[in-house]
Amino acid sequence: MTTSAGRPGGSRPRLGVFKFASCDGCQLTLLDCEDELLGIAGELEIAHFPEASSDVAPGPYDLALVEGSVSTPEHLARVRRIRAESRHLVTIGACATAGGVQALRNYADVTDYLATVYARPDYIETLATSTPIADHVPVDFELRGCPIDRGQLLEVITAFLAGRKPGIPNHSVCFSCKQRGNVCVLVAHGTPCLGPVTHAGCGALCPTFGRGCYGCFGPAGTTNLGALVPVLRRDGMNDGDIGRFLHTFNVTDFTAVEEEDLP
Amino acid sequence: MTGPGDIRAATGAPTEAVLGRDGLDALVQVLKRRGRTVVGPTVRDRAVVLAELDSADELPHGWGVELEAGRYRVRRRTDGAVFAHSAGPQSWKSFLHPPRVRQWTAERDADGGLTVCEDEPPAVSYAFLGVRACDLHAIRILDRVMIGGKYPDPAYGSRRKGVFLVAAECTEPGATCFCVSMGTGPAVDTGYDLALTEVVDDGGPRFLCRSGSEEGAAVLAELPRHQADDTTRTAAAEAVRRAAGNMGRSMPPTDLRALMRDNLEADRWDDVTARCLNCGNCTMVCPTCFCTTTEDVSDLTGDHAERWRRWDSCYDLDFTLLHGGPVRAGKRSRYRQWLTHKIGTWHDQFGSTGCVGCGRCIVWCPTGIDLTEEAHALHQEATRQGPTP
Repeated sequence: MTTSAGRPGGSRPRLGVFKFASCDGCQLTLLDCEDELLGIAGELEIAHFPEASSDVAPGPYDLALVEGSVSTPEHLARVRRIRAESRHLVTIGACATAGGVQALRNYADVTDYLATVYARPDYIETLATSTPIADHVPVDFELRGCPIDRGQLLEVITAFLAGRKPGIPNHSVCFSCKQRGNVCVLVAHGTPCLGPVTHAGCGALCPTFGRGCYGCFGPAGTTNLGALVPVLRRDGMNDGDIGRFLHTFNVTDFTAVEEEDLP
Repeated sequence: MTGPGDIRAATGAPTEAVLGRDGLDALVQVLKRRGRTVVGPTVRDRAVVLAELDSADELPHGWGVELEAGRYRVRRRTDGAVFAHSAGPQSWKSFLHPPRVRQWTAERDADGGLTVCEDEPPAVSYAFLGVRACDLHAIRILDRVMIGGKYPDPAYGSRRKGVFLVAAECTEPGATCFCVSMGTGPAVDTGYDLALTEVVDDGGPRFLCRSGSEEGAAVLAELPRHQADDTTRTAAAEAVRRAAGNMGRSMPPTDLRALMRDNLEADRWDDVTARCLNCGNCTMVCPTCFCTTTEDVSDLTGDHAERWRRWDSCYDLDFTLLHGGPVRAGKRSRYRQWLTHKIGTWHDQFGSTGCVGCGRCIVWCPTGIDLTEEAHALHQEATRQGPTP
């Protein structure tokens, strides 16, 4: 394995992978790049990746992949420190880009949740909200998904190495369905589907297997939720169903779109 | 183009015959023997899709469709008809102008130099089975766009060059069809190798088959067939005539090009914008929408790069992204761009309308936006406010 041309002395950019409030699934996507892992290790010095190795090295880092949302007081300071140590910071996954499913607390009283979930809530130190990394520090690129897509993660890393913009389209999941030749589950089957308002990236995984899109990648670059709601109602959802459909992994992003699109 | 009579005179091959089920079976096999990849309608995932066929058994025998704006359902028919369904989720564009095509690859040599290798046009020879009159027109429009101008697209040209076209005249239009308004159907005029008209009556399902090219006549000569009879001819003509009277939709009786040109600030654009998802489905199911973007990909080492071309859509914000932002930033401007181009400025650019009346954009729009309804509304608004455009 050779390092890229144009990087004299064989010094490789240093990679740091960091976790906040999250399930670790997006970091695991990096380890899932089985065929490409040696290539990644050849091009990047994996300096900090506790999920993969306890041999962690201090910063600075050339590329930081940050998973998870800011959810505790400790996170507030840590996210600033990581930003200060990182030349290029990319957030990965719905927790880091939208606060994740744990951001449901943003629309409820977190003390109620604490009392329901923990036997000794007084042991728990938490913030009232779960928020995306970009709410706290500047972020160079946000990679969406719950979890993120392996191919898109490789594209982000490859684009960083080449010094170019990642080829991550902002269009709807419908583009992916049509590229794959899928029959539209909404039009042909009457299956409720968030595909028309959801950011592409998964390759239309659910519709390819006959299920409606769950919106794991958050809103597309341009949406009109107000136009989709009557279609969801037609296909059998009531307002409660529609609320739950939208308020999952990307609750904050879809709520922001609701406020804009549903006057 | 030589007429049918000339073909017979030149080759002695038949120009007209009646095929039964065995003739249809043989047609697929003869085309395959001639090296063609046969693509035609078949039922998959509760829709009549276009796919590669191994035999005529895979055709949608006894399947029909029910269409409405934003709604598509397959249904069983009792008459065993093969071509009594209208436009499905794809068009022939998916084969002639595929969603994603690699254009070239580049390798970095040991000394740092670049070697660029252009992808050869694909060596595929298609036979399209069951092409409707509207879709024959759509292929002609795509031909003008892709290979009829100053810079012909070699990949499209290569796929298009050898296509053997088996047309199927429309005998049962859908509720979203309006080919009569666009002057494209339901009868086929020219541009086919063979044309089938399905007749389903007491005589059983059969197909009046006409050849429109020398190769068409040669293929017909290889098929088991009966001599064309007046009963079948009359029944076929009657079925197509009836179809012309059964269009589910129509365009307003006005100059659509002028209607689009003169009403860019109509209130109706705001109305349709409220219903438009900006999802891009209409452009991707449209048999003539051709817009693409390029994607450059590289590998981790940076020693290997590829350029791909993929379908894009004027509904995507990034479609017009330039320094400083997208040109068509507002949702209103994007729907308006699509419709005014499709039935208006397409004339200025390519010398014809871009719409063939197949109705796919109406059916496959999740919210059921109907361009004929929009055109009627724009026409009414213009008529109310001033001289008819």
